[in-house]
Amino acid sequence: MPHRQSLSALNRMLVTGGISSTEITTHFLDRIEQSQQLNAFVSVNREQTLAQAQQADDSRLNEPNSDLKGLPVALKDIFCTQDLLTSCGSRILSNFVSPYDATVVERLDKDGFIVLGKTNMDEFAMGSSNESSYFGPVLNPWNTARVPGGSSGGSAAAVAARLAPAAIGTDTGGSIRQPAAFCGLTGLKPSYGRISRYGMVAYASSLDQAGPITQSAEDAALLLQTMAGFDSRDSTCLDTAVPDYLSALNTGLENVRLGIPKEFLDPSIDAEVLSAIETALEEFEKLGAKLVDIELPNSSAGIAAYYVIAPAEASSNLSKFDGVRYGHRTAEFSDLLDMYEKSRAEGFGDEVKRRILIGTYALSAGYYDAYYLKAQKVRRIIANDFSQAFKQCDLIAGPTTPSTAFPLGENLDDPVSMYLNDVFTVPVNLAGLPAISLPVGFDQSGLPIGLQLIGPYLKEANILSAAHSYQKVTDWHLRIPGDYE
Amino acid sequence: MSISKSDVERVARLARIGIEPHEAESYSIDLSNILTLVEQMNKIDTEGIQPMAHPQDIQLRLRDDEVKEVNKRDQFQTIAPAVKAGLYLVPKVID
Amino acid sequence: MTHWESVIGLEVHVQLQTQSKIFSGASTHYGADPNTQACAVDIALPGILPVMNRTAVQMAATFGLATGATINHRSVFARKNYFYPDLPKGYQISQYEIPIVSGGKINIGEGDTQKQIRITRAHLEEDAGKSLHDGLGEMSGIDLNRAGTPLLEVVSEPDMRSPAEAIAYLRKLHSLVRYLKICDGNMQEGSFRCDANISIRVKGDSELGIRTELKNINSFRFIERALNHEIQRQIDLIEDGGKVVQETRLYDPDTDQTRPMRGKEEAHDYRYFPDPDLPPLVIEDAEVEYLRSSLPELPDARCDRFIDAYQLRRSDAQQLTADRGIADYFEETVREAGGNSKIAANWVTGDLMAALNRDNLPIEQSRVSPILLGRLIYRISDQSISGTIAKDIFSDLWDNGGDVDQIIEARGLKQISDSAELEQVVEEILSKFSEQADQVRQGQGKVLGFLVGQVMKETGGKANPKAVNEILSRKLSP
Repeated sequence: MPHRQSLSALNRMLVTGGISSTEITTHFLDRIEQSQQLNAFVSVNREQTLAQAQQADDSRLNEPNSDLKGLPVALKDIFCTQDLLTSCGSRILSNFVSPYDATVVERLDKDGFIVLGKTNMDEFAMGSSNESSYFGPVLNPWNTARVPGGSSGGSAAAVAARLAPAAIGTDTGGSIRQPAAFCGLTGLKPSYGRISRYGMVAYASSLDQAGPITQSAEDAALLLQTMAGFDSRDSTCLDTAVPDYLSALNTGLENVRLGIPKEFLDPSIDAEVLSAIETALEEFEKLGAKLVDIELPNSSAGIAAYYVIAPAEASSNLSKFDGVRYGHRTAEFSDLLDMYEKSRAEGFGDEVKRRILIGTYALSAGYYDAYYLKAQKVRRIIANDFSQAFKQCDLIAGPTTPSTAFPLGENLDDPVSMYLNDVFTVPVNLAGLPAISLPVGFDQSGLPIGLQLIGPYLKEANILSAAHSYQKVTDWHLRIPGDYE
Repeated sequence: MSISKSDVERVARLARIGIEPHEAESYSIDLSNILTLVEQMNKIDTEGIQPMAHPQDIQLRLRDDEVKEVNKRDQFQTIAPAVKAGLYLVPKVID
Repeated sequence: MTHWESVIGLEVHVQLQTQSKIFSGASTHYGADPNTQACAVDIALPGILPVMNRTAVQMAATFGLATGATINHRSVFARKNYFYPDLPKGYQISQYEIPIVSGGKINIGEGDTQKQIRITRAHLEEDAGKSLHDGLGEMSGIDLNRAGTPLLEVVSEPDMRSPAEAIAYLRKLHSLVRYLKICDGNMQEGSFRCDANISIRVKGDSELGIRTELKNINSFRFIERALNHEIQRQIDLIEDGGKVVQETRLYDPDTDQTRPMRGKEEAHDYRYFPDPDLPPLVIEDAEVEYLRSSLPELPDARCDRFIDAYQLRRSDAQQLTADRGIADYFEETVREAGGNSKIAANWVTGDLMAALNRDNLPIEQSRVSPILLGRLIYRISDQSISGTIAKDIFSDLWDNGGDVDQIIEARGLKQISDSAELEQVVEEILSKFSEQADQVRQGQGKVLGFLVGQVMKETGGKANPKAVNEILSRKLSP
């Protein structure tokens, strides 16, 4: 059954002619239809997608053995697509069809990937539970009373339930790694600037980065290879060569120094998570890695700085949604101001409004220095801590989240406790570093636990090969939720 | 530091987000809690530290001065709430 | 009776004449159909990102070099946040804390009235779109063609003390940006727009009074009236025991009044912060030196050179160098005219300017080329034609074109200097006007002019007046 296969395995089957893109795509489209209770997808166009699969199969006849033709993936609804709605999980874009395709979408298309559909997400990627979506919450396939994590919750749930062999998400403060951890998947957040942000609806421009949510590090490497690279339309996208991630997968862990920040093994976090992490670290040692104690003394202030910087940037990024050129416009208004205020009040949900308001406050006259500027300074200190740490180690390891997936609704009335989920992931975005979350076990109630590996700037290959080495000797990443086997 | 209802109203007006009086109350509670979280920053001494606006140390790339775009008005305006004669319509703008 | 002094600072928005916009590849061409030159970036579609135009950076730096300013090695783009329908992103990308150009100066006036106006800064930013109101009832229409057009905002210190000084500064700035070819200076099309900060104080005070900002004074014709009006308004206000409120006012040329702007009454809180989409703008020294070496000769320097090289009066030299096109025209004319710079100056500032103004043409479209005017002047200096005839030929050239010598030939306008021929005409005139001739002989010298006039008339203006004078005086000497 195709859904039991990894993306890489499906690719090998396609190349050897063992299966057609149409067969694969049909299979996943059927599973999507059968699993609507998860609410993982916002829009799917079966006919259009099957037509693309057919095209892929036809073109493969002309070039047998050609790589990557007709592999389906799910796409977070934050990427602009001409073929499908781009809603960003928001009412204000609930009618928005983009006149252009995001660079990531163009690159996927160029390499022959097919978009199965657009996945549900926290509104404008603001959330850690996927409960802030205008289209309703996404359920965690491991336990539908639990959240899948956020903001790429739909992408993670889709891959966990094998409604797609892989998915693309975005990560601003943990939005790929935290849902990957909650859903037992491999989630890679690349270095800032590695992948073009063009066509990715901006939440916090200095933190946003696209990345894959997959079953394995190998699959992540496959997708990163396609997504990474220079784009002249993004002034922050790096013009540096993209290494061959797939061939670097097998460099192994021999003598790799794994830095363990004591701040990340804080006793306040879930005991089951802690022990799973410790067991995993022993496994890494067996594979030849050397564990070294390091310090990230200021990382705990990451959350504080993040919740100034991200909302500040968001308050400005989301000003374009004014009901003038596209998106929701209120039905009745007395004047221009009224039209703005009603359209935006109706168009945005509570969490988005909270962040716009706090961001506006942090930038407003009299508060800029105390909040925004202070946060920018703390950001540099946190980034400096990482560069210091990487003098003593090659990679940094720790838990991705302080707990496993929490119950739906638990943190809804308490934004702050929701924010604290990102305590280990946020510092990485502030520093612009690459990091991966990979499954390393389950808690008593059968919920997945994720381990985070953080690398130096642009060292995605090292992270992927470390994760791959671990996955070659473990099978956590192969587990599928019972109802979806 | 806490955010008063009038702070909330001031900021909401700046952000062009209409809020009902009863909402102002709950926002002032939520936002005050967030500020309390945020103020943990103040435990960190940032004396003499340069603010970090970009996660990378790169300089602006410049583009050649060439016209590359063609007219896509009709395509763009199919998704517009209100247009007339190629213009985007809004309630009267007063200078 | 108190003596009031006005204090004026100007903010000029100079539209940089690039092909494409500052952050997008859309055309900046003026006058296209609404929104046909507003691309995905200009209408702020979700997910779009800005990419900086190199030429706009070079033009800004060139301006800085031409005004003796500092070109900042590193400058930063910031977001200026406010909601307005002609501002698609909800923020304007501008430069705030660190502009590309800091400091600088522009000289106005001459001699004892010469004065230096300091330029605080010049920064790059994007223009907004336009709101149109006609024929749309209760609605306004937004045209975003202008959105994203590169602007250089030139901010002066409050160094001007009268509307006249403000005008002088603006004219100088206007001439400079056209010299540098960074702006077409077209004020009707809004390529050169001015806002003024005005306050008044008792002469001699060192403190500045409370200022108002006057917007939308976009033609030299209005500026002086607008400034005078606002200054008087403030004086009356204070003398009636009132206070000036700091506010933005709009000048309405039709009523010659200023009124507070209603649209932006709300307290300004622009929430500037560095634009995360744009890393710092860095200009290497080598680039700056290259731009410095490519600077053209600037108006002040050219004016001084004209005074020395062509022995012109300063006022003429200033008039000739105020516009780069006219200065170029003049120099080419002098070359063709065999170096007769004084005559050339009179013709360019006189008949040529008059003709250009009459037909409302820019110097670049003059109907008489500098080469033709040069040849015409040459013919005056070699005595082939008189100044009067030359004016006649000039208008012929202006209306019908052609070549100077051909016209002289065809219309037989060559000046008669041959004495034999003139002697004959003089004899005829003396016999015809014997009475006047006698009066001259009896010492009524002024009648001589009458006789000269008759000879000129007889020869259809072709006689060389100098020669005629000699012959007559000789024949009539008692």
